[in-house]
Order: sequence, then C-alpha cells, then structure tokens
Amino acid sequence: MNTKKRVVAMLLAGGQGSRLYALTKNVAKPAVPYGGKYRLIDFPLSNCTNSGIDTVGVLTQYQPLVLNEYIGNGEPWDLDKMNGGVHVLPPYETQTGASWYEGTANAIYQNIRFIERYDPKYVVVLGGDHIYKMDYSKMIDFHEENEADCTISVINVPKAEASRFGIMITDDNDQVIDFVEKPKEPKSTLASMGIYVFSWDKLKKYLIENENDANAKRERKEKWSKDFGKDIITSMLRDKQRLFAYEFEGYWKDVGTLDSLWEANMDLLSPNLPMNLYDPNWKIYSRNKNMPPQYIGDSANIENSMISEGSVIDGTVDFSVIFQGVTIEKGATVNYSIVMPGTVIKAGAVVEYAIVGSDTVIENGAKIGVSPETVEDKADWGIAVVGHNVTVSANKTVQPKQIISEDI
Amino acid sequence: MSVNYNVLGLIFASLHDKNVSELTDQRTMGSIPFGGRYRLIDFPLSSMVNSNIAEVGVITKANYGSLLDHLGSGRDWDLSRKKGGLHLLPPFIHSSGEIYKGRLDALNKVWNFVSHSPAQYVIMANCDVITSIDYNPVLKQHMESGADITLIYSEGFYDYSTNRGATIIDFDENNCLKDVLFDPLLSGKCKLWLESCIVTKEFLWNTIIDAKSRGEVSFTRYILQENRSKFKIMGYKHDEFFTRIDNIGNYYKANMMLLESDKRNGLFRENMPIYTKIGDNGPVKYGVKASVKNSLIADGCIIEGTVENSVLFRGVKVGKDSVVRDCVLLQGTTVGKECGVTAVIADKNATVTDGRVITGSPTYPIYIDKNGRL
Repeated sequence: MNTKKRVVAMLLAGGQGSRLYALTKNVAKPAVPYGGKYRLIDFPLSNCTNSGIDTVGVLTQYQPLVLNEYIGNGEPWDLDKMNGGVHVLPPYETQTGASWYEGTANAIYQNIRFIERYDPKYVVVLGGDHIYKMDYSKMIDFHEENEADCTISVINVPKAEASRFGIMITDDNDQVIDFVEKPKEPKSTLASMGIYVFSWDKLKKYLIENENDANAKRERKEKWSKDFGKDIITSMLRDKQRLFAYEFEGYWKDVGTLDSLWEANMDLLSPNLPMNLYDPNWKIYSRNKNMPPQYIGDSANIENSMISEGSVIDGTVDFSVIFQGVTIEKGATVNYSIVMPGTVIKAGAVVEYAIVGSDTVIENGAKIGVSPETVEDKADWGIAVVGHNVTVSANKTVQPKQIISEDI
Repeated sequence: MSVNYNVLGLIFASLHDKNVSELTDQRTMGSIPFGGRYRLIDFPLSSMVNSNIAEVGVITKANYGSLLDHLGSGRDWDLSRKKGGLHLLPPFIHSSGEIYKGRLDALNKVWNFVSHSPAQYVIMANCDVITSIDYNPVLKQHMESGADITLIYSEGFYDYSTNRGATIIDFDENNCLKDVLFDPLLSGKCKLWLESCIVTKEFLWNTIIDAKSRGEVSFTRYILQENRSKFKIMGYKHDEFFTRIDNIGNYYKANMMLLESDKRNGLFRENMPIYTKIGDNGPVKYGVKASVKNSLIADGCIIEGTVENSVLFRGVKVGKDSVVRDCVLLQGTTVGKECGVTAVIADKNATVTDGRVITGSPTYPIYIDKNGRL
C-alpha cells in the first residue's frame, strides 16, 4: 500500500480519434501535436500538476507506442514521483482471461486496484482531447462544499451548438436534475466538458454495478454499454445521488475533429484568446526536443503566427502555427495552416488552410489546400490534410477537404 | 554506444571570469547565457554526455548560485544518475582559508572526488571555449599514441589587441608539443588550445603532487610550458566550429556568429544535441505587424515589432513599432513600444521603456545591466 492520496486522476487516453483520420493513423489521439510545441495530453497532465494532483493513471489502448514514449516517467510534468506520479495503464490479462477496455467506465473498472492502492477520497476523470487550463483543485473544493457524489464540469455553449454536447439541466443550487446526450431540443446550454470529480466510494459502487449489469445484459444478448455519461451518470441520477455542475469560465475546446483541431490552433493566434500560454504560474509542460532556437532568415516574412524551436524559416508564414524543427524554404508560402514537427516545405510550395503532419515533405511547387474565397461553392471547401511521414511530390495538388496519408 | 565509466569529465566552470567582468558580476563563466537558450557550460557538458561519459564533475569558484540553479541535479543532461552522474564541486576551503588558484591547485582540492571515480582517464574542459565535440576519437588517439597529455586544439585567428587568456601551441612533425605561448604579442592564424585535454588519472595525480611540492598552481605555465620536455604531449585537431569568449565584444560576436548557417550547423550538429535547463516557454508569437529578418529567436518571445540581425533569448518581448537591430537580448528583456534599439547587449530582465532610442555600434555594443531599466 502506498501513502494515502486525497485525489487520484484517471486520464482516458485510449480512444482511437477516428475523426482525425490520417493524424491518428499510428498515434493515439492524446499524442496528436497541438499549439506549436505541445501534444494534446500536455494540457490535462499540466493541469494536474498545476492543480496539485500528483497521482495520475493514463489509460491507453489504441496505438500506444508514441504516447507511451512521450509520457515516459512523467518527468516533463513533474510527475516522476516516489509515491504517486504518472502511470500508464494498458489493458492486461488476468487468471480469468483478458479483455480490452470496453468503454470509459470499464477502463476505470479494470483499474480499481490501481486506484485503491492510494486509498483516495476523490477520483478525477479526465479526457485526453481537450484544450483548456483549469484548476481542478477548485472543482474538488466545490465538490466537497456541496457534499456531492459527483461533480461534472460544464461550460455555457451557444444555444445553436448545444445539441452537439451532453447537456446538464440544473436547479438554482447547481445540482444536476437531468442529463441528456446530444438533445435535439436542448433545455439548457450547460455542456459537459468530460471532466468529472467523484467521491471514490460512490464511483466504485457504480462501476461495479455497471460492470455486473452490462455483463448480465451481454449474457442475455441485450444491448449493453460501460460508459461514463451513458451509464454511470444516468444510474447515479436515477438513484437520486448528489450530482453537481461546476461551471467553468475560460477557453475550452474539443479537438476531436480535423476542423476543430485546425480551429483550436488558429485560436492561439487571436489576441483575445482567454488562455495564456505564457503565464509563468501555470505553464503547459511538454517533453522538450532539445533543439536550438528558431532561425528566421533574410528572405522570411512572418506575421501573426506561432513558431517553435529548431525551425528554420526562409519563406512566408502568415496566420499559421509552426512546430519544432520545421523547415520552410525561401519562396515557400504557408498561410492559415498548421505544420507539425520536422516537416519540410520546399521552395515554391504553397500550403493554405491545411494541416500538415510531422516529418512530412512537401516538395517544390506542390499546392496543399486553397483559401475559401477562391472556391465558388462553399460546400466544396474545407481544410486539406496531409498525414505524418508523407511525401507530396513536386507540383502535386492536395484539394480542400482531401486527406492524404500516403505518398503522392 | 554504451555508457563509458572509464572516463571522468571535469569542467572548470569559473575560469577566466574576469575577461567578461560585465557578465560575471552576478554569475560565473559557466552560467553566462549564450545562443538564445543556453549557458556556456551546456556546451562542454553536452559534449561529454554525447560522448557517453558517465560521470562529470563541475569545479566552481565564486558567484556560482546561478550555475547551481541551472544544473540542478543534472537531470536535463541525463546526468541524474546512481552510477556516475553530475557532481558539483564548489571550492573546498581549507581552514587555512585559501580558495584555489590555477587549475592544478583546483584539481588538488577536488581530488577526493576524482580519486573515488572508477575512471582511468580524465577529460578536462573549460566553459569559455564554445564548441561541440565528440571526445571518443580524441580518447582513441590518446590511447593509441601513448601520450601523457593529448591537447585538443583548432586552427584559428588570434589577435593580441582583442584576445585575452589564449594559449597558442605548436607541434613538431611527430605531433609532439613544440611551443606554448600565452597571450603573445602577435596576431594571425595559429593553433589555439581549446582548453581541453585528456590524461590518465594516475598521470594527473603525479603531476598535481609534483606541482604542489614546488608551489606551482598553473597547468599551462608549469606543465605545458616549463615541463613540456619531460612529457609526451600531443595534439588532437578539432575541425568543427569553435569560438572563445574572452571579452564582451567577442561575446557579442560569438552570439552573432550563430546567424550564419555554417557556424550554427557546426555548433548544433546532427545527433549531438546541446542540452540545457528546460524552460517550458510557449512558442514564439509573432504579431500582425511583426517583421523579422536574420535572427535567432528562442521560445517564449512575443514579437510585435521589427527584429533584424539579432539574437533573442527566451521570453523577450518586442513591442509595436519598435525596431531591434544587431542586438543580443538576454532572457526576459522587454522592449516597449516605439523604441529603437541598435547594437545593444541587454542582460537578463532588462527593460527599455516606450519610445526610448539606444544606439550602439556592432564594433562597440552598449551593455545594459541585469534588471536594468532605461
């Protein structure tokens, strides 16, 4: 048994991220690069450290190689601890057999023993695909003050978008009375952010109950699921447990799709972004690549962009996010785009409204994406995507909305 | 290649501090910031790590607070180890009260550490010579040649009027040390000792004891000059980029050299990363009206004005309608709006307030103190 911890965080990082297509071909979604020098998982991990949570289980399943290597011993996030720290938790085999994680609730269920080793009072459940800075300790305080069994972090979204989210209906005391997943006619605009604080005794009870129920249903060949929103929260509401909504104010972005990933990067270029990546008291930590500072050449033109270490820029960069070790040659143009680590954009290539994956080569004169103004039928327009480790040969074109994951 | 426990690295982090008294007022040679995100000690230390040397001792003297803060446990250089690792060796002051003078005296005072290392060989290096080197070929040559000392040198240019603390060496046809000059009255192309050498631990100990018995403290004077003929001292030529920091003008020039791609690539060589303390700064942000040409810019900078021919360290801010030209701005320098800053070395956290114009010359840059405000 380890020293008791008040809080243990469980980070759900096993999702495939299938809507990121080429970008998650060989990489789990939380390891997708974001914001010039980060990967998505840096945000929840850094939030944990900055919130004083030093024990984190990362549940992995889909394509874990890059993610495992990236997390390593957790040192970049100060999570290399003698007691606690970050632990990667893949599915495992037992005497009664082996099973993959069958849903978010089952992933936690299979790791009850990990959590119990720290005998926590609270368990924080997090996703690995959201960009935000949040002090979880305030949410835990809120949970404690309300003597809640479960607290769900929510954000006020525009009414028109509410039907895309899981919506919480609350009373005047922020207590949740109902929860509807993607309602056609939303009765509230409080969307779940996929961040939960549970009192561990309650969560454990409901995880076991859900597991047994779902397995029984499976035996009877009925529909079953082992999911947080769908099963755990619904059961707790049914049993009149104390569920509260904790309203978050600030920047929060789901990056589950190519469009939203592109937008979330572009958001960083806005001077009015309510999230500061330069705050020394709440840094977002990442594993450093040990590269020299970026070099901006004589022929470079850079405006309104973000560029990171190790890059060498001799071309034109406007409204773009350029990651570590990118080369943009003289005569190349990158507009409204994201260029991930180690990629080379050669002379005469034009990259517009695009996401270019890591270690990719865009040869001379290739054209990736176009500006929406040049497309007559707006329905034909969308961002162009080139995956990781791809070569786009000289003078080839990648159309808007096109997704390239192999050499062309 | 596997970890090498047979070589001990020793870095002199506080030698020649006086040459750059402006920069060492509140720090020591090894902790002088360089190249946007580094400190001088990062270069010898990374070279040793890249050469798979398992154990490194850092010998300090004074003003070493910033150095200790920078190095910490050695984790960022992968030297936080049970076997080997980084050892900080602050001056051991005997009850007689004297801090060491000269390299031999310093070695004598840290010998307790050196003697406990299992290594047979010792590689020594200074911080005022900036280069990235693989010590393995040097070691191989040293072992094969049977030399007592192998000195690492480069062909370079020396000028009496500007260079300080330079050791110029020459070898005979058998690559044996023929002549050693310290700050001679001449200028021109020559072989410059890179203040780095390989010896066996046993040889080093015998030399230290001998020197001590005669009251000698200087490695260059006593060993290389006076007793050269007694030993087999040979040379190893290092052909990659190097530069020496021996006055503030050369410090400025050395930073500016990194704007040239051949020099930059000679220091930041493939598969030989230069490690440093990680700052976790955000990427550089360029504003809507930013214009940047021929500059080296470290993460955490926010640039809204014009920057040309400059080296900007981490977290430098350049405000709207300001022009920064030919400058070396150390970590956290803030340049306000509508400023004109030319040929300035701004030390850490300096501030240039809105509208100020400061003009130095690249041959005589203006130096702004740490935390200075204009």
